Amino acid sequence: MTDKPAIELVGIDKKFGAVHANKDINLTVAKGTIHGIIGENGAGKSTLMSIIYGFYHADSGEIRVNGSPVTIRDSQAAIAVGIGMVHQHFMLVDNFTVLENIMLGAEGGMLLARGVASARAELKRLETEYGLEVDPDTLIEELPVGLQQRVEILKAMYRGAEILILDEPTGVLTPAEADHLFRILKVLRDQGKTIILITHKLREIMAITDTVSVMRRGEMVATRRTAETTVEELAELMVGRRVLLRVQKGEAKPGAAVLSVRNLTVKDNRGVTMVDNVSFDVRAGEIVGIAGVAGNGQSELLEAIAGIRKPTSGEILLDGQTIDKANPARLRDLGLAHIPEDRHHMGLVLKFEEYENSILGYHRRPGYSRGPLLDLDAIRKDAMEKIEKYDIRPPNPRLKTANFSGGNQQKIVVAREIERDPKMLIIGQPTRGVDIGAIEFIHRRIIEMRDAGKAILLVSVELDEIRALSDRILVMFAGHVVGEKTPDAGEQTLGLMMAGIAA
Amino acid sequence: MSTASVPLPNWINYGLIPVLNLIVAFLISGFVVWLIGESPLDALSLLIEGSLGNGEFIGFTLFYATSFIFTGLSVAVAIHAGLFNIGSEGQAYVGGLGCALVALSLDKYVPWYVTMPVAVVGAALFGAIAAFIPAWLQAKRGSHIVITTIMFNYIIASLMNYLLVHVLIVPGKMAPETRTFLEGGQLPKLTWLMEIFGTKLGAAPLNISFIIALVMCYVVWLLIWRTKLGFEMRTLGVSPTAASYAGIPYMRIVMIAMMLSGALAGMMALNPVMGASARLQVGFVGGAGFVGIAVSLMGRNHPLGIIFAAILFGILYQGGDWISFEMPNITREMILVIQGLVILFAGALEYMFRPAIVRLYQQFKRA
Repeated sequence: MTDKPAIELVGIDKKFGAVHANKDINLTVAKGTIHGIIGENGAGKSTLMSIIYGFYHADSGEIRVNGSPVTIRDSQAAIAVGIGMVHQHFMLVDNFTVLENIMLGAEGGMLLARGVASARAELKRLETEYGLEVDPDTLIEELPVGLQQRVEILKAMYRGAEILILDEPTGVLTPAEADHLFRILKVLRDQGKTIILITHKLREIMAITDTVSVMRRGEMVATRRTAETTVEELAELMVGRRVLLRVQKGEAKPGAAVLSVRNLTVKDNRGVTMVDNVSFDVRAGEIVGIAGVAGNGQSELLEAIAGIRKPTSGEILLDGQTIDKANPARLRDLGLAHIPEDRHHMGLVLKFEEYENSILGYHRRPGYSRGPLLDLDAIRKDAMEKIEKYDIRPPNPRLKTANFSGGNQQKIVVAREIERDPKMLIIGQPTRGVDIGAIEFIHRRIIEMRDAGKAILLVSVELDEIRALSDRILVMFAGHVVGEKTPDAGEQTLGLMMAGIAA
Repeated sequence: MSTASVPLPNWINYGLIPVLNLIVAFLISGFVVWLIGESPLDALSLLIEGSLGNGEFIGFTLFYATSFIFTGLSVAVAIHAGLFNIGSEGQAYVGGLGCALVALSLDKYVPWYVTMPVAVVGAALFGAIAAFIPAWLQAKRGSHIVITTIMFNYIIASLMNYLLVHVLIVPGKMAPETRTFLEGGQLPKLTWLMEIFGTKLGAAPLNISFIIALVMCYVVWLLIWRTKLGFEMRTLGVSPTAASYAGIPYMRIVMIAMMLSGALAGMMALNPVMGASARLQVGFVGGAGFVGIAVSLMGRNHPLGIIFAAILFGILYQGGDWISFEMPNITREMILVIQGLVILFAGALEYMFRPAIVRLYQQFKRA
C-alpha cells in the first residue's frame, strides 16, 4: 500500500516526577491493521495511549496522523483527527438508551428531535456496514457487558473514528463474547479502519493482531509481525527474561473437608440475590477454583465466607464449626485467611505505610503490641522479613503503599495472609493487575500452600488461571454453581457453562 | 496526571503551603482594611503588638489558644476516624456543665489541685455524653454525623439556657450564671510561666488548663499513631471497606471516636469556666468549637500543627480585639471578616496553591 501510516509516534517522552513513564517512544501503525501493544502493568502502555487520546501531554515528541503532525490537546481534538477510544471501564450512562449514549456530546443543535433522527439513521448504517447490531432503544443497564462494549465501539464509530484504541477490552467478557469482539474487529479492519489493541493477554495478541509492539519499563522494546513471533518470545520480551507460562504442580492429595458451604444464599447491598442456594466443600490439600464471568456472585460468595457480608440463609462450616455469624477478626483466629479481590479498597489501605498494611487484620495479635500500644519495632522487623522473603520492591516498610506497583502491592497482601500459616485460604483474583514475574511467584506460593495441606478456594475471572491452578473447577452463573469440572475440561466447555448455556 | 498525588517534602507540605495561604489571607485582609480607609500596615502592627506586645497580651493570646487546642484536637480525633464532628461547640458547652458541677460541689472542701482532676474527668465525661447520641445515630442508623451534631448544637444550647435560667441561677440574681466558684474551684493562673520569661501575666486569664491542653496533644498523638485503637480508627477513616475486611468493628470505633472527640471538646470548658470567669455562664464557648474545625484543618489534623494553628487563631482573636480598640473604623465585624479569610484560605482553599508549587518544585529539582 502506498498509504501513509495511520498513526506515527516520534520520540514521545513523558515523566511523572521521578517516574519515567515513556522513554523516547517510536511507533508506526500501518493503516488497515490490527496493532497489538503488550507489556506488564506499569510498562507505560496506558500512559502512551492517554497521550494519543489527549488525556496527558507528552513532554517532548510528535504525533503524526496520516503523515501530518497533529497537536492533541484533549479528547475532543483526538476525535477531530479520527481517533476513538474504548476504555477498559465503560463510559456509559446506565439509565440512558443506546441511542442517547451514542449521541451524548454530539447532539447537534438546541433541540433534540432532529439530532435523534439523524443519529438513528447513522446508527442503522453503522450496524449494517460493520455487523454491530444493538437495539438502539434499550437501556444500557439492561444490556450484557459484551453489548455495552459494542455500544462503546459504536460511539467511537459514530464520531467518525478511523483509528480505534481498545484498552484491555476482554477483561470483562466471556470467551465467547471475546471471540465475537474479535470478529467485529476483523470486520472493521477489513473495512479499512485501524485498530490498536492494548492487552496483557498474549493469546489474544496471537489470535487477532497483524503486528505487535512490546513495551517494558517505559520503553518500546520490540515490534514484530505477529505471524513471525511466538508466545514465548513475546513473554520474554515483556519481562526481560525467560518465564514459565505453565504452573508446575503435582497431583493433589486431598484430605478431609475443611470448608463446607451448605445451601448458601447471599444478597448484595441492593437486596438482589447474588448467591443462590450454593453448596460445596473444600478439602485439605486441594485447590477449588470458581470460574465465572465477573458479576455472577463470586464476589458475594467470597465476602460471605470471609465474614464481611452476612448471608441471608444457609450455613458455612470451618472444620465442622458454624462460622456464618463470625466476623473477619474471629475467622482469622480460626485460621481462615483471605486475599481479597480488590486490594485497593479491601486488602490494603493505600495511604498507609507498608508496615502498617503488613499487620492489617492481625494488628491485635500478640507480638505486635505492648499493652494498648503498637510495638512499632517488632512490626517493622516483621514487615522487613516478609519484604525479603517475598522480594517486595522497593524494600522499604516506611514507604506509602500507594507508591508500590500493583504486583508488589499484591505481594504485600499475599505475604500477610500466607505467612500466618492459615489452614483455609480464600483467594479472589490473585493476579489481577499483576505483572508476569509476580504472577509466577504468587502462583508458586499458592501451590506450595496446597502441597502443605491447606485448603484453598480460588476465584478468578481469568479462565487460564483457574485451569492452571485448580484441582477441581466449579462454574458459577447467575448465582448458581452450574457444574463441576476437572481442570482438563476444554475451554469451550467451561466457556459455555460460564455463559449459562450448557452444564 | 493530577498534581495531587505528587509527593512533596514535609517542609513544603507543612511549612511553606500553610504560610503561603496565611500570607494571601493577610494580603486580602489588608486590601479590605485599605478599602475602609485605614493603613493595612498599621493594622498589621497593631495585630502583632496587641497579641504579642507584652506578657499580658501574650497571656490573652495563649488563653484563647488553649480553648482552640482542645476543640481542634476534638475535631482532629473524629476526622481520623472519618467522622466530621461539627458538634464540638455543643459538646464543650455540656463539658462546662460537667466541670461546673464538680467545682460547685467540691470548692468548699478541697484545694484546687484536688478539684482539678475530678473536673477534668467531669468535663470530659459530660462532653462525651453530649456526643453519645449523634454517635449512636451514626453507628446504628447511619444518620449523618454532620447533620446530627449541628442539630445537637442547638438542642444543647437550649438545654443549657434552661438549666442556667431556671436551675443553676443564683436565686435573686438577674444574670443567668452559677455562683462564683471559691478558690477550691478555680484553676491557678500561669503567672510563674510568664515570670520565667521575665514578663508579667497581668490581668490575662492564662491558666493551668494550657498545660493540660499540651498534655492532651501528646495523648492524642499517642492515641492516633501509636495505639491499636488509633490504628483501627485511622483504617476506618481512610478506608471503611478495608476496615470491614480487617474485622474492625464499625459501630464500636464510631462510638469510641466520637465520644473521645466529645470528651476533648468538653475539656475545653475548663479554660473559660474554671480558669477565667470562675462560674458557668450562658454562651461561654463563644464559637471556639467552630474555630476548632479551622484549627484542625489548618494544623493538618496533627497535634503539633494544631498547637501552631491554635496560637495563630489566638493572635487573631486577641490582636483583633486590640485593632478594633485602637482603630474605631475597624469594627468587631471587620475582625470576623479577617478571621473568615484566614479560615477560607487555610482550610477551604487548602489546595489552591499546591499545583503551582508542585510544578515549581519539579522544575527546581530538575535544575
